[in-house]
This record gives sequence, C-alpha cells and structure tokens, in this order.
Amino acid sequence: MLGFDQARELRLLVIAPLFDEANKFRRQTLEIMRRLDAEGIDSFLPDLPGCNESSTPLTEQSLATWRSAAMAAAKHIRATHCFAIRSGCWLAPPAVPGWLYAPAKPKQVLRGMVRARTLAAREAGREETAETLMAEARIAGIELSGWQLGHKLVRELEAGEFAPAETHILIEQAVISGAPLWLRAEPDEDAAQADALAGVVANGMLGA
Amino acid sequence: MTGQNAATPLTDTPSVAAEEPTGPSRSAVDAALRAILRDVLALDEDQVAGFDGDTGLFGHLPELDSMAVAGVLTEMEDRLDIVIDDEDVDGEMLETYGGLLAFAEAKSVTS
Repeated sequence: MLGFDQARELRLLVIAPLFDEANKFRRQTLEIMRRLDAEGIDSFLPDLPGCNESSTPLTEQSLATWRSAAMAAAKHIRATHCFAIRSGCWLAPPAVPGWLYAPAKPKQVLRGMVRARTLAAREAGREETAETLMAEARIAGIELSGWQLGHKLVRELEAGEFAPAETHILIEQAVISGAPLWLRAEPDEDAAQADALAGVVANGMLGA
Repeated sequence: MTGQNAATPLTDTPSVAAEEPTGPSRSAVDAALRAILRDVLALDEDQVAGFDGDTGLFGHLPELDSMAVAGVLTEMEDRLDIVIDDEDVDGEMLETYGGLLAFAEAKSVTS
C-alpha cells in the first residue's frame, strides 16, 4: 500500500482503476495524492488482491473479493472518505462517504478488452470472434491484454450494471475538463486536471 | 433573384427538420468523433480539426495501432450510444475519417 500518512484526522482511501487504466492513470493518481497531502489530508492507495505486488493470483479474484478488500483497506487505514477512479468506482465501500470519478461501465470495460484481443488476433492472421471467446471465458476464464481473468469475474463484468451508492458523489470528466488521461496509450499527467480533482475532494473533506 | 432563392431554404425550417427526425445531427456525430480521436490518440486540436473525408486513419496515423482502435471503438460506443459488432470492423471503415464518420452516422441513426 502506497500512502501519505502523518496520522492526520482526514484520511482518504484511493481506489485506482482496474486493468490497464490503472497503469495509464497511475502518475495522475499520485499527482492528486500529493496535492491532497499538501492540503493536510492523508491518502492511501492499496494494491487489490491479484494486482501489483499482491501475492494472491488474479484468476481467483472477483468484484466481490475486491469489494471486501476495499472495505478491509478502509477499516485498516481508518478512512474517513474514499475517492475511486473509473472501474475502481465499482469497489468503493458504500459505508465510507466519498467521490466517484468518471465511473466506467463494467460491460464496456470487458467489451473493450475482448475487442483489443480480437483485433490483435486479426492482425496476426488468426480469426477470433468475441462470441466464441466469451462463451469459453464464462466457463474457463480468459486472458485479455495480459490479464488472466477468472470465469466469475468475467460473468460479473458481463452482467454488471454499476449504480453509485447514495453516500458517493459523482465527478464527471466534463466538470474537470481536458482529455481523459486513462484513454492514452502512455501514462501521462495533467497538472490542471489534478488541481481540479484534488480541489473537489479537498474542499469536500475540509468543509465537512 | 439569387438572393431570394438563397433565402428560401433558410425560412423553410419545418420541412428540413422533418427530413431528419431520428438520430443526432451530422455535426454532433462529427464533433464527437473528432473529440474521440483527439482524446484516444493524444492528437492536438488543430490536427483533428483539419481532418477531412479523405484523411487516412488506420495505416496512416502512427498513433492508431490495434490497441488504439479498440479504444476508439469503445469510446464511440460510449459517447455515441451505439453498439459496434466484430463484423462491422473492417479496413474500409477505418481507412479514412470519412469512412469512420459515415459508419458512426449510420449506426447513430439505427440504434
């Protein structure tokens, strides 16, 4: 777990996006956390089970295991608030008030990953269709863009409709303005967007 | 006389509006598509604004590899509220900006 911890009163759980958006948004996530640190807010970015330095396999993970891990992390750091990004929003503990930044749609994230695989296969001269891949994936899991997803997670993503909890406030990209960094091929940072996001969260926490 | 003729269609808005009752306007799809290419491929505003129907995309823009194509298509589904199937995706659709725009417009009207 990466964190800025000075045992301060205001303590924020940060939930990064899943899969490749986690990498693309990593620099920007830290930019936001540095700004919050300067505002007097402690913040923590946990590694979810199966991700980064976690010792458990990714194939065993599901949205359910990640949700309980996020809740456990919130308790561990004594989070007063949470800030979740894109697909990380699906995991934000409803018991902890906070902000959801540009929540992704589970079905769409899965479609995007399947599409990247079928396009890559086509380029390599193999014919794979989304339909046959998904039929297999629902039973045996699947490797997409280097992520080994278990069948349970595949089914959850396919069926998942995300609905924010009442305790969480949405921050849409239109409010932050600028190009969404998670779409870029390479990780990047944007000072103006980081200022805007940290501003929303800090104002909310300090004003509370 | 030419002035009078030119003015006539402008005052005749009800029938123009009735001809395109479904789907977002051409300019709305065009603007959304340019924004998607700008955002996903990290192109600058001027470059994207300069795209015309013949501007080459896949195979012409180095930024547009197969991962980026997947990103563009996923964003198109999200922002234009359309569904793009595997069989929709072919070289012709991705070859030029005009081809991609025509595809996006057709999908926007039917969905």
